[in-house]
Amino acid sequence: MTVRSSFRLTNRPDWLCGMSESNPRELARQLAFTRREFLRSAAGVALGSALLHAGPLVFGATPRSKRKVIVITFGGGARDQETFAPEGQDNIPHLMRELIPRSTFFTQVVNHGILGHYVATASLATGVYETINNFASLPPESPTVFEYFRKDLKRPSSDAWVVAPSNGFNRIGESSHRSFGPGSGARVILPKYLLSAATSGRGDYGHLLRDSYETPLYAPELGGNTFELEQMEMILKLSVDDFKAHARTLSSPDELSVYIVRQLMRQLAPSLLWVTMHDIDIAHAGAYSLYIEGIRRTDRLCAELWKVIQSEPEYTGRTTLFILPDFGRDSDEDAGGNGFQHHRTGDVISRTTWMMALGPGIREGVVYDRPVDSIDLVPTLGSMMGFTASLSRGKPITEIL
Amino acid sequence: MRPEDLKPEQFSAYPPEARRLALDYLGTFRRLPLSFLPNLLRQVIEFDFKFPVERKTLEKELANLRSLSQHDLQLWFREFTEIKLSESLEKFDWVSAPAQFVEQLSAHLWTTHQMDAFRHAALGYAEKLRAAVTPEPPITPRFGIAVIGQGVDLAPEPLFRKLRPHGAFFSAVNPENGLQHLLDTVAARAGSYPAPYAHWYIDGGEELPHPSGVTCVSYTAMDPVRAAILARIHAETQKKGMGPEALRTLMAQLRPVDLGMASASGPVLDHFQIKLLTEGSGTQIFSTSFVQWAAREALRRAQPLTSLVRFAPRQRQKPMNELLSPSSERVELDPVGSLMDADMGAYYNWINQQRLPGSEKSLFLAWFENQKEAVAISPTLPHGTVSAETIDLRGILSWIT
Repeated sequence: MTVRSSFRLTNRPDWLCGMSESNPRELARQLAFTRREFLRSAAGVALGSALLHAGPLVFGATPRSKRKVIVITFGGGARDQETFAPEGQDNIPHLMRELIPRSTFFTQVVNHGILGHYVATASLATGVYETINNFASLPPESPTVFEYFRKDLKRPSSDAWVVAPSNGFNRIGESSHRSFGPGSGARVILPKYLLSAATSGRGDYGHLLRDSYETPLYAPELGGNTFELEQMEMILKLSVDDFKAHARTLSSPDELSVYIVRQLMRQLAPSLLWVTMHDIDIAHAGAYSLYIEGIRRTDRLCAELWKVIQSEPEYTGRTTLFILPDFGRDSDEDAGGNGFQHHRTGDVISRTTWMMALGPGIREGVVYDRPVDSIDLVPTLGSMMGFTASLSRGKPITEIL
Repeated sequence: MRPEDLKPEQFSAYPPEARRLALDYLGTFRRLPLSFLPNLLRQVIEFDFKFPVERKTLEKELANLRSLSQHDLQLWFREFTEIKLSESLEKFDWVSAPAQFVEQLSAHLWTTHQMDAFRHAALGYAEKLRAAVTPEPPITPRFGIAVIGQGVDLAPEPLFRKLRPHGAFFSAVNPENGLQHLLDTVAARAGSYPAPYAHWYIDGGEELPHPSGVTCVSYTAMDPVRAAILARIHAETQKKGMGPEALRTLMAQLRPVDLGMASASGPVLDHFQIKLLTEGSGTQIFSTSFVQWAAREALRRAQPLTSLVRFAPRQRQKPMNELLSPSSERVELDPVGSLMDADMGAYYNWINQQRLPGSEKSLFLAWFENQKEAVAISPTLPHGTVSAETIDLRGILSWIT
């Protein structure tokens, strides 16, 4: 039988001591509790339940119609021991010192769906656990947050964008749901695709064109409409030469994505912007140092984007930033996996992750331990921005509304 | 087809010993649920290429299944029988291609949200099996050795942080003849406890001279096979319509002879080595991933008494397309990144050794090659201690054993 005896360590890592493996729900709860304790000691945050009797949140003077939301998916899954556990905190100095003290932090966000990056991101974006083939160029089956947003609020296509790392994400902007026709979702930019087209495969850009790490043996074909170079010049006001010249100064695909995001924010200032990071997923190749390098870079890029939000007049004071991984990675203790390398076992650590929210009206330095579902994000965005995610299966997260 | 309809002729394509085994247990197979049986057949069909310990374990598992009464069977497999399978899975030729069935079953379990239920069922089965068939302890305590950091003089970060709490850290090791002392230890153990595949030496570069009683796998020796596999991958991914599932299936079907492998080590080891490259992730491109995976698989499958695992510098990261393309260019190495990879790899080696019977008496040593740092784990050594006393590896070895 392929399932092997469960791992018996006489000495467990300190941060896992006392955790029971027999009950996944209990393990997830304890994981959340441990995250909170780490944060409380390292970043000086307060426990959310202590604020239950505090006054209602004040969203400031920003009317709903002017509110903006940026969602960053944190790079393809990272585990606690490389991030929020004491031995991992060196890898995320920006999250720890700059962002967490400004944020409301949810320690227990559970993904009950398929742990593949495209399908999990699609689930985050629809509020429904999607079951589409992770490796095919298919749109989500349920309506996306972008479609709800544009239809209910009558927003133009320029107001909702996705910046994504791999060809496989080109269809994530709009669903195949019959209530929403073609062109009713978000525009999707694939910076690597643009750079590849701009350079025609020539020059020293290879390090920015890394493919999907989940299937390193195979690059997905491009499906759906693509955002082309001419549109980049026209919409982002970015010449091919400038794009190429700047790309030369960057070191990874996610840096390229953040560069494009800055252009988008400056030129179009979309109200709903979704950024999918992916560098961390190099972990699939089994090189721990490259995985850590990816985490450190993603940490820095998240802080950079927060600074851009503070400095861009269209965004400052009216933007809520959400940062969350799509899921975790396998634990060292699950004999069915190979530790950090993959997210295949479906164990508690690979399903349980975190989320932080920052911005006006969001309480700062507060931690909530209660379980939140990955699919709760979309209805929360709906409540925040004033649209109804009618087909989402999640529930609004009231602590930040 | 259902298991109860199994007929002897359906196993005619199995290798000889696997066929004999299958026919011997045909009556048992007919009583097992379809959600379980192909996983078992996946082991049976490989029987001719299994290590002695694996054969014994599988035979014991089968004998146990045969001994179960109808009532016991219902208890053991109730959760498996509750897994709902699709019509296409039921029609699949799971007798001839059990591995492909399991791959499709896995996709089915994810998309129908039954993965957690299956995982629970599988863990429950493993638990019952462990209670019914007590694993045999090794004839002498296992001894795992990891040598890391070849080509690096100074570690950028403290080493062995994950291993230190479990053993004694030595900060003033005299490195003279260190590698030779370790090889001598392996040779001595191989001489004292001779058995096929009981003593392993895995090298991320070129193998050093070693005694004939030691099973050796090295990355350099696999160069021609790796090149053949990369060429095969490159050719296949250029074909239209080739997707990740099809490619994985094709890789799984590759045999040593398909890749021009003509080693003198015999079909069992050839088969093992091919699987490292066709089933491992990153093993085709990074020597550190290859070594870690080879050690993991050797421990899991052959359950050796001794393993000496020496990591070597891997190639520097490049775009995945370039890494996967056959190239005659000189390889640029990343020794420092490889040291970090190997540090984690050493920890995983220890974890994987601790999963085996007799773990309470197991011994482990990790050494920074040609440098002064080592960590030793043994029941006789205090945990979480540091020794600054000058000592050579022979001295540490005498303390451990």
